[in-house]
Amino acid sequence: MLESILAVLETILVIFIGALEEGLVYAVMALGVYITYKILDFPDLSVDGTFPLGAAVTATLITKGVSPILTLLISFVIGAFAGMLTGIIHVKFKIRDLLAGIIMMTALYTINLRITGGKSNVPIFMQKTIFNNSFLNGMPEEVQPYLVSIVLFFIVLLMKLLLDLYLKTKSGYLLRAVGDNEMVVTALAKDKGITKIIGLIIANAYVALSGSVYAQKSGYFDIYTGTGTMVMGLASVVIGINLLKKVSFVKATSAVIVGSVIYKICVAIAIYFGLETSDLKLITAVLFFVILVASNDRKRRAKSNA
Amino acid sequence: MLELNKITKYYNPGTVNEMCLFNDFNLSVQNGEFVSVVGSNGSGKTSMLNILCGSIPIDKGSIHVQGSNITNMPEFKRQRKIGRVYQNPAMGTCPNMTILENMSLADNKGKAFNLGWGTNKKRIEYYRENLRSLGLGLEDKLDVPVGSLSGGQRQAMALLMVTMSPIEFLILDEHTAALDPKTAELIMELTDKVVKEKQLTTIMVTHNLRYAVEYGNRLLMMHQGEVIIDASGEEKKHLRIDDLLDKFNQISIECGN
Ligand SMILES: Nc1ncnc2c1ncn2[C@@H]1O[C@H](COP(=O)(O)OP(=O)(O)OP(=O)(O)O)[C@@H](O)[C@H]1O
Ligand SMILES: [Mg+2]
Repeated sequence: MLESILAVLETILVIFIGALEEGLVYAVMALGVYITYKILDFPDLSVDGTFPLGAAVTATLITKGVSPILTLLISFVIGAFAGMLTGIIHVKFKIRDLLAGIIMMTALYTINLRITGGKSNVPIFMQKTIFNNSFLNGMPEEVQPYLVSIVLFFIVLLMKLLLDLYLKTKSGYLLRAVGDNEMVVTALAKDKGITKIIGLIIANAYVALSGSVYAQKSGYFDIYTGTGTMVMGLASVVIGINLLKKVSFVKATSAVIVGSVIYKICVAIAIYFGLETSDLKLITAVLFFVILVASNDRKRRAKSNA
Repeated sequence: MLELNKITKYYNPGTVNEMCLFNDFNLSVQNGEFVSVVGSNGSGKTSMLNILCGSIPIDKGSIHVQGSNITNMPEFKRQRKIGRVYQNPAMGTCPNMTILENMSLADNKGKAFNLGWGTNKKRIEYYRENLRSLGLGLEDKLDVPVGSLSGGQRQAMALLMVTMSPIEFLILDEHTAALDPKTAELIMELTDKVVKEKQLTTIMVTHNLRYAVEYGNRLLMMHQGEVIIDASGEEKKHLRIDDLLDKFNQISIECGN
């Protein structure tokens, strides 16, 4: 009796830790989506390309022997560059936000394949990563199951704190202002276009970094990992913010991270009860639809002119 | 000095809805003038302000500020010297940011928006004083999002925000129209006070003929893209509301209603 209860508890713990890890991997991406969707009011689909971009860069560099930590940094910078291109397409060439993202996402598909030298799958199971190195492997046996979570926790915490800090700077204020009421930015004699581009740069840097972490954790790059990233990020943002909006001391950035973990726990439960992994995208879509309708979040803020 | 020289403006050019609003439109406003602008709906008041501020392109003509040609200067760069308040109180503030954050933004106009702290703690007392001078109790609500304030409170903040940094020109487009009579009166008094204090060159569009007559030292009436009354100095002082009403009636008779 007791044994079977323990067995169940252990299964739950294993599922929970798996979901927690997954949630934390995607949390940094969700923070990026939070910047574009919530702060900038810009539904940025290039995320579906910049997430695998980070993964492609990382997997390729790691097979070439580059230090895993350095690949995080490089992914961040390359993601920033891709975000800048999305911004320029939207701002300078006046392409609608969704379409600008789709252009970038489509272009990145090819670019990601070029980066890997044409391979749609690059395994790095046996390579050194931020999760698999002599330092971590030398840790005591008892903490081994939690090491991945701990490493992820510190990465997510660092990225969250950096974002919180940035949003308190003058530049961060301006970024929030451009999503809130872009006429104020113009009134401050600032170029609202440049401000939006800065937002897209930061957001996609975060997303690509998340992609890098993803590749190192799962041990491979796969060209299809990008599909649906943005919707997943949006789901995390909406779940987190709506669940925690009554709790005033929780910052939106923390709520997004919690949202990402909760989302992955829901998915894990669904799979435990027999759903196929291939059903996931449909579930995400339906879930997302329900959340949007329930929270009325789909209403884009009206920007009327007298 | 603000100058609009021989401005031609078409709306919807090349379509069946093509409309020539301004044809060789000229206006110059001297430094220190406070111009009130009246005129029927659709007479081109807002369009004129939009042209001045660079919010819409023009087809011909040139725009000069203090002698330098700004015809091709983008809207946001012109705002360096211009403060603008709109009819809609929602347009001048960021609703999801707090009063303090909005004030901090406005205070930083003309300076770099870099990685320094967004709010300068040393300035908070100064913001409080400014807000207190509005007499709306906003000084005790620094951490409240501006979106939860009333229209009048937001408009007062918008006015405060645009006049906080050193600007030369103040552009007001029916900025009291959405407010109740008492708040409108308050905003109008604040406007007059700040214009005098900071010696701002001001253009104020209004449908309130009493404000147009009472405030400012020059009055324009516009009709179909032209200035049909331009009174300044003694002439403006002696102008009465009835004179303006007569002119309005005369116009509508000429137009056949
Ligand atoms: N974006 C636009 N496209 C087409 N026509 C326009 C546009 N903006 C203004 N117009 C036209 O130009 C004319 C002048 O409009 P404007 O907004 O300048 O008038 P106004 O004097 O500010 O009127 P009101 O007192 O109603 O605010 C109107 O006939 C209007 O239909
Ligand atoms: Mg108007």
